[in-house]
Amino acid sequence: MPLITYREALKTALSEEIERDENVVILGEEVAQYNGAYKITEGLWKRYGDKRLIDTPISEAGFLGMGIGAAMLGLRPVMELMFWSFAYVAFDQIINNAGCVRYMSGGLLNVPIVIRGPANGGTNVGATHSHTPENLLGNTPGLKVVTPATAYDAKGLMKTAIRDNDPVMVMENTLLYGEKWEVPQEEYLIPLGVADVKRAGTDITLIAHGRAVITCLKAAGLLEAEHEIHAEVIDLRSIRPLDEDAILESVRKTHRALVVEENKPFCGIASQIAAMIQEKAFDELDAPVGRLSSIDAPAIYSPPLEKKQLPDPQRVINKVLQIC
Amino acid sequence: MPITIEMPKLSDTMTEGTLVKWIKRVGDTVAVGDVLAEVETDKATMEMEAFDEGVLSEIYVKDGEKVLIGQKLALLIGKGEAPGSTAPKDTGSKPAAESAPSAVKQPPSDGEPKTAEAKAEPEQPKKEDQAVPSPGSVEPHIGDRVKASPLARKLAADSGVDLSRMQGSGPGGRIVRADVEAAAQGVKKGPAALPPAPKPQPVIPALDDKRIPLSGMRKTIASRLLESKTTIPHFYLQSEINAEPLVKLRKEINDAAEAAGMGKVTVNDFILKATAVAASRVPLANAAFEGESIIQYANVQLACAVAVEEGLVTPVIRAAQKKSLSQISGEIKDLAARARSKKLKPEEYQGGTITVSNLGGYGVEQFFAIINPPQAVIVSVGTIVKKPVVNEAGQIVPGQRLIIGISCDHRVVDGAVGAQFLGELKKLLECPPLMLI
Amino acid sequence: METLANPPAYAEAAINKQLTNDDKVRLLRDMFRIRRFEQTSLKYYNLGKMGGFLHLYSGQEAVAVGTISLLGKNDHVITAYRDHGHAIAVGMDMKPLMAELFGKATGCSKGKGGSMHFFAPDKNFWGGHGIVGGQTPLGAGIAFALKYKGLRGCCLCYLGDGAINQGPFHEALNLAELFKLPVIYVIENNGYSMGTSQKRSSAFRGTLAQRAEAYNMAWDVCKGEDIYEVRARTQIAVDRAHNESEPTILEIQTYRYYGHSVADANAKKYRTPEEIETYKSKHDPLRVWTQHLVNEGIITEQEVEQIDTDAKEETNQAVQFAEESPLPEEGDIIRGVYREVDEQTEAAAHGRYFFNT
Repeated sequence: MPLITYREALKTALSEEIERDENVVILGEEVAQYNGAYKITEGLWKRYGDKRLIDTPISEAGFLGMGIGAAMLGLRPVMELMFWSFAYVAFDQIINNAGCVRYMSGGLLNVPIVIRGPANGGTNVGATHSHTPENLLGNTPGLKVVTPATAYDAKGLMKTAIRDNDPVMVMENTLLYGEKWEVPQEEYLIPLGVADVKRAGTDITLIAHGRAVITCLKAAGLLEAEHEIHAEVIDLRSIRPLDEDAILESVRKTHRALVVEENKPFCGIASQIAAMIQEKAFDELDAPVGRLSSIDAPAIYSPPLEKKQLPDPQRVINKVLQIC
Repeated sequence: MPITIEMPKLSDTMTEGTLVKWIKRVGDTVAVGDVLAEVETDKATMEMEAFDEGVLSEIYVKDGEKVLIGQKLALLIGKGEAPGSTAPKDTGSKPAAESAPSAVKQPPSDGEPKTAEAKAEPEQPKKEDQAVPSPGSVEPHIGDRVKASPLARKLAADSGVDLSRMQGSGPGGRIVRADVEAAAQGVKKGPAALPPAPKPQPVIPALDDKRIPLSGMRKTIASRLLESKTTIPHFYLQSEINAEPLVKLRKEINDAAEAAGMGKVTVNDFILKATAVAASRVPLANAAFEGESIIQYANVQLACAVAVEEGLVTPVIRAAQKKSLSQISGEIKDLAARARSKKLKPEEYQGGTITVSNLGGYGVEQFFAIINPPQAVIVSVGTIVKKPVVNEAGQIVPGQRLIIGISCDHRVVDGAVGAQFLGELKKLLECPPLMLI
Repeated sequence: METLANPPAYAEAAINKQLTNDDKVRLLRDMFRIRRFEQTSLKYYNLGKMGGFLHLYSGQEAVAVGTISLLGKNDHVITAYRDHGHAIAVGMDMKPLMAELFGKATGCSKGKGGSMHFFAPDKNFWGGHGIVGGQTPLGAGIAFALKYKGLRGCCLCYLGDGAINQGPFHEALNLAELFKLPVIYVIENNGYSMGTSQKRSSAFRGTLAQRAEAYNMAWDVCKGEDIYEVRARTQIAVDRAHNESEPTILEIQTYRYYGHSVADANAKKYRTPEEIETYKSKHDPLRVWTQHLVNEGIITEQEVEQIDTDAKEETNQAVQFAEESPLPEEGDIIRGVYREVDEQTEAAAHGRYFFNT
């Protein structure tokens, strides 16, 4: 299987879907002639032309709203946000329009749109550019939220998101764009709502999404080598729909759980999962469910400090040693 | 002054770059703003511009090579300057390690890195049901409340085990599954017994894995430190030292020494001297556990961890409490040099009564070394860090701080004695003239 | 050197006649200081001493220096993320600016904000804002507060040509005219909305500032390479704000020598090298102003060189300060979030604020 980057995997998914469905159109800042601010759409404008790849002005509320309107009429727009942080200018469009219009119309309208882009800290771009809104958007019934951690998942989930008939928010990570994984050349889809056991283990379940999965895998390796603790790592892959069965099945095996996220702790993804586990698997627990999130403050700029603000393998290990 | 040109950081996500091609050649004159080379980043090929003028005298990286940010690419010299006439300005160089480091592994920290959250949060009375005991501490049952995990309760109910008579082995003394299962099988367990260790799963070997046979030294380190960490009840104390007076005094001594053509002293020399003095003032810390009795040594046989190629040795300065700073400095320099060239005699690294391990030279801020048996105390020394501190007037000013940790054998040294020893050490290091009289 | 220094009319404007020779030299010095600061920032970014983005102001110096030179004690400044030039022009010391870029505790924002987030309320400088167009309603708000307090002042709110298509800007324009707020929206038009040229990003008639007509607002356009012109035209808007409490859109045409940010991989692809070179050789604001001062017999070429050398030395000292300064501590991450908590007030006595488990 060829090794390709997360970036190339996304591009392949976009390219395959543009060719498969004439209603797929890509819009966003610098996506066409500039080849994408983070080069996800590199070469696509040259190959598919002005109709399929459209550069928009810096008007997030305007162009996201335009994409939502176009989706109501049956297009399948894939909207790029240079950063998910810029969606905060367009929350009315995303939450009120994309999120609620089907419900309010009694099911008459549908919004088959994909909004995608990076949502991460860790690159010292300051608080305004480092938001991780998976919990905010996951909190809106009507929206789906997907957070791929590997190139393989990025490709399969992106293709599924484009074919999905509801609005799907795909949250990527600039620190993963250049990372390589094995990805088959043949076409495949990964259904939304199916978690993936990235590493099997017996002593504790580490539950994560996005780049935190990679952090957990590193921690799991060290836990085994240095502490003889065998951690199972579950990659949620999609936040909503959420694969509760996979989490519960693992916790019934290991009896301990730690949820790791780059999100902030208050009402974050980890809180949701911790609450769910104690509700549905209380008698299976041999220890309280642990949570590890980013340190609870806006993203600090100072590069060495921001590194400490996000969960790293050592913090995961420390937390596991408190639980096990 | 020659200037080293390094692989530049050209984007927020770049970690390495490919030098696609050099635009300037060796011998070319370079002006500020000239394009030196094309560099391919994770995003695109970009031009690398010169920030200084001069003549390109050397190129270290060929077209097409991939290099990490900060790696040397080329050397720029002034016009008319001969290559190699002066040492290049090397922005990436680290200060030379100041003292002999130790390779003793740091024990895992049992808490999260401290975030000073408590300081920033308003103080609030802790509700009893929120109080979480620190991991590892064992709390007796209070009243009728039995601390057991939900799973342990369920298993106990199923198997008819009485939880109220059990001692838990989980964090905070919680009764966990393993305790109930053991009780149900009638296995007699001591208090706070550990749950059965999970079976190690074999790692599937890969072709490029390397198997390194253990050297004699490595075997010794392995067995002695395993014995230490598993049989000696360690406890840890640490203190932050105001290092400013020390840094100042050291500079004065060294300036004077330089003028007089004498050898310089290192920060580590001061720490060795201070440890020797503190250990003679608190003799309980200069001791060892010997089964039925405790030996308190008359002399401070001061061991100092030195990293060598194969591992780690701890040469000993004899009767260090009687020696001057310059004697200690000279002796440790000689011992460390001979340790590295494997020329130490066994009697030179045996018979220590207290050890100093200094990882400051590696930039480590704080750690706790494993006790060097049969000794009772090991001193762990971090690096001097510049940071804002609050002075007596309540203002935030730049300061220099050093974190000293000690690991103690609780069979010999109690918390109060450890604190007394550490306090003595702090006093001496914060007012270093005291150790010279 | 060929120069496009403007006809004497601008030099003769009343506001420019008031300038003493020392004032004129100070303006030159500030432009050199900004240029050297930016070059030095880029150098140390490339050396890996900084993170994130770096949006450089080189080429645009006459805009910040010229406009800010007109301001009095009740006049205020707010801008977007290309903020180093404005920060220096309002009089912020270079050392904490450089330390901020290095992420140090001694930085102007204690290492928390970075390049895009410089602030100095004591100098009437309200930042430094990262999100395109996000500062434009704030500019209206500052003007609203001035008017509310009965102060004779104005707010210069800078934005790029890319920001004029953000919704909040249009909402702010409507509010500014509706409430007659003394705000001046200075569009620093460098021709490119990131990597997209003006004609591919904005629909407009005539010129960008003309959009003001839709709001019945005054507008003006001028060139941004000559301080005399920048000052003369900006003063008209400042007078309008001070005397009539009326807003203005003032579009100043300028140019940036570097990419949108250091991470702009295509900075030399969407613009031709000739285009950049032409501006540098014929319209460079430092050269244009130097030419004026030499022609007027105020300064010699040698003195200009000395100003440049001094600016370089000042930035080098700022770097040394930044290098030697300590990093923030880990505990600082959660400081500065809530004022009541930082100051341990009564208001912070109840409830939990931070949720680090």
